[in-house]
Amino acid sequence: MSHHIEITVNGTHQALDVEPRLPLVFALREMLDLTGTHVGCDTTSCGACTVLVDGTPVKSCTMFAVQADGCSVETVEGLAAGGELHPLQKAFWENHGLQCGFCTPGMLMTAKALLARNPRPSEVEIRRGISGNLCRCTGYQNIVKAIQQAAAEQSTAAAAGD
Amino acid sequence: MAIEAPSAPVLGQALKRKEDPRFIQGQGRYLDDIRLTGMLYMSLVRSPYAHARLVKIDKQPALAVPGVLAVITGEDLAGLGLHWMPTLAGDKQMVLATGKVLFQYQEVAAVVAESRAAAYDGAAAVEVEYDALPVLVDAKHALDPGAPLLRDDREQKTNQIWHWESGDSMATAAAMAKAEVTVKQDVYFPRCHASPLETCGCIADMNKATGRLTLYVTSQAPHVYRTVLAMVAKLPEQMIRVVSPDVGGGFGVKVGVYPGYVVAVVASIVTGHPVKWVETRTEHLGSTAFARDYHMNVEIGATKQGRVQALRVHTLADHGAFDSQANPSKWPAGLFNICTGSYDFAAAFVDVDAVYTNKPPGGVSYRCSFRVTEASYLIERAMDVLAAELKMDPADLRRKNFIPPERFPYTTPLGWTYDSGNYPANFEKALGLIGYDDLRREQTERRARGELMGIGISSFTEIVGAGPSAQFDILGLKMFDSAEIRVHPTGKALARFGVRHQGQGHETTFAQIVGSELGLPAADVLVEEGDTDTAPYGLGTYGSRSTPVAGGAAALCARRIREKAKKIAAHLLECGEHDVEWADGKFRVAGAPERAVTMQDCAFAAYTNPPPGLEPGLEATYYYDPPNFTFPFGTYVAVVDIDPGTGEVKVRRFLAVDDCGVVINPMIVDGQIHGGLTEGFAIAFMQEIPYDSEGNCLASNFTEYLVPTAVETPHWETDRTTTPSPHHPIGAKGVGESPNVGSPSAFVNAVVDALSPLGVRHVDMPLTRERIWRVLREHGVVSA
Repeated sequence: MSHHIEITVNGTHQALDVEPRLPLVFALREMLDLTGTHVGCDTTSCGACTVLVDGTPVKSCTMFAVQADGCSVETVEGLAAGGELHPLQKAFWENHGLQCGFCTPGMLMTAKALLARNPRPSEVEIRRGISGNLCRCTGYQNIVKAIQQAAAEQSTAAAAGD
Repeated sequence: MAIEAPSAPVLGQALKRKEDPRFIQGQGRYLDDIRLTGMLYMSLVRSPYAHARLVKIDKQPALAVPGVLAVITGEDLAGLGLHWMPTLAGDKQMVLATGKVLFQYQEVAAVVAESRAAAYDGAAAVEVEYDALPVLVDAKHALDPGAPLLRDDREQKTNQIWHWESGDSMATAAAMAKAEVTVKQDVYFPRCHASPLETCGCIADMNKATGRLTLYVTSQAPHVYRTVLAMVAKLPEQMIRVVSPDVGGGFGVKVGVYPGYVVAVVASIVTGHPVKWVETRTEHLGSTAFARDYHMNVEIGATKQGRVQALRVHTLADHGAFDSQANPSKWPAGLFNICTGSYDFAAAFVDVDAVYTNKPPGGVSYRCSFRVTEASYLIERAMDVLAAELKMDPADLRRKNFIPPERFPYTTPLGWTYDSGNYPANFEKALGLIGYDDLRREQTERRARGELMGIGISSFTEIVGAGPSAQFDILGLKMFDSAEIRVHPTGKALARFGVRHQGQGHETTFAQIVGSELGLPAADVLVEEGDTDTAPYGLGTYGSRSTPVAGGAAALCARRIREKAKKIAAHLLECGEHDVEWADGKFRVAGAPERAVTMQDCAFAAYTNPPPGLEPGLEATYYYDPPNFTFPFGTYVAVVDIDPGTGEVKVRRFLAVDDCGVVINPMIVDGQIHGGLTEGFAIAFMQEIPYDSEGNCLASNFTEYLVPTAVETPHWETDRTTTPSPHHPIGAKGVGESPNVGSPSAFVNAVVDALSPLGVRHVDMPLTRERIWRVLREHGVVSA
């Protein structure tokens, strides 16, 4: 038995027929071919599957696709608007904030939501803010640096725009 | 034609990584991102018992699940002779169980279905009847007379797998007997697991029409997989293509060939469709290669003044149900006899007894060059135990015993020849940077106030870069590695390697090596790895071997290209070849350096205007057999504070001063250090896979097997000294594993140092809050 849902993904309207038990992450990965969002665990521990649902970071392995009906979902594929890297993407690249890259999309989405909530977070706030996302490669230090850089850049850009 | 001039030397620059643009945009291509037309999904049925007779498997309920197409059991594989497979360690391992199961989560049956969900539903529906057998969990009881015999398939009716020794036992016993001071300590390195964020998985695609098998798989060693598959499945090797796409972390757990891969191949042959199998996290932690599980007993004999003389180590190794560790064939305990470390021992002896237990197989896979982590932890811990016995500062004890710089190359009593080292310089740099003397003064003051502050040092030596072919092979395959470089007419290059990175940055660092050898910008060198159809043969990425072995191949392959290009340069410069010199990234006429041509000029000429008699084109292949290992080293210092009420340890500072020889990309080296230190921190403080008395795995997901978050992870301070390897083509030594190898002892030494006023000499990892609290309670610091 399938349910009809309508969601907006990275600004594009999508109509899907999904089994009620289908996790959102598989709808994104296997029905919409958005494979940037990854699955790393069975227990909502690792955060590799983090996407933004109506602006809030959500572990999409633990949300059913049917629960996202009517919502706006943002994935890593939607970050680089108009082909221009998002300041977070740029900062992760410049600060070696990734190694194998598997946690990176989830980490970027969590960081985006963090900066939306708190545009100039302290190091402690950043570390707390990304503590739902596990990384096995980097030891987080360069991820923290990257988020600090992106925060500074976004604040400067916002100030210039004022 | 106008060609961009070569940039400044590219070796040693912190170039941004070439692989990152795809990863930060969600455009990586990991195994589970691949979907083939008509692809089916496989799920495995696993044993809930650690030791049980298999009575009956009923497939029917699974076959009744909508979407389920096939159920495969061990008996089905037995018909094909595929129910057992050889391991890389010379043992054999069940693919799907027949007769009995030997560990919880062992593979029992496979369900193939049209969808992922149907495969899971089908696996849940298979009915398996077991008859429980007595379980052997504790390796220390494996050789007891009444212990259950686990591997009744073997000729040898014992749970002992092998006994291995190294060194001179008589000389060591004599030196130990004569020593003025001896210390002895039991040290356990717990069973842990690398658990990269991407679990293991594969897609087996057997094309019935062509008879060709393509296996997409999360592999650190794709060529080894191809050869093993050819041997196991009896397929002609040219009819197998192994593709290891982007790998989401490996740390050694993706070196061995797992039963699921073999079953997926069979499933693809049986169904005529591509079959995907991806582990869950629980399957990953419960069945793929664990690490460590070494019960060690160490003795050091020394003079009263603290000069070490003899080292003796007895070890009991828990290998689980099959000896399937991915080790060099002639080295069952890996490179464990590196355990004399950075110190000048006159005599040493090591033995290891490996036993079977009802636990998953594995042994070496957690960012460790074959048991080097156990060895390094052991000697660094033992040196602190000796310092405590002698009432000496552990820094002074180390200073007294370092192998002096003038004695390199230095041969240890256990047979290794260290290539280069300057331990005192590295050590003093670290102690100076952290302010060691001030920290000791602060500690004295705090102790007077009853506070628990500790300083821990590890001054380790590693052995990496397996390995020289005379002694090192896997299943007979010599442990060389390879590079193939093609320089295109426009002066851009494609470089392919037999290794397979999983985040180490080869696409950047190998481009830097090739670029610097050829006078090309790293941006102009495209690096490819992971496809056995295109890459030259190699043994893969693990044991910090990529830079020491494949990095050597990269440099020498590029030099082979340069040799040919020199002939072309002479032709273009209209002079004799002996008049051409390679200087500052160009071929120049000796004595007239302004007359020069670039590598790009030569490349274009190689295809458009080759010298008469010279074969056109500009490409080369190089198989590099390293003459020796490389021996990176370093000094790590941890400073901790322990809450005397809760036992919680706070890592206040951690400094790593590494020496990995010549650095290719300092940004990437620092990143490797950060990551490895975080793993070492996890091992020291929170990671273990324990089993209960029935053999139930008690850490089978990330809520039980802990990975540190950004909150717990300390801030890492890093620095370096540089002692080039004299035999490596560019002087590099490899670095990936040093931080995991060297750091657990620094953490534990710091915690034990903090507890030493209570008379504590040793506490086994993981140093959880509870474990420390119990120590505090035993010593009356906290009341019960």
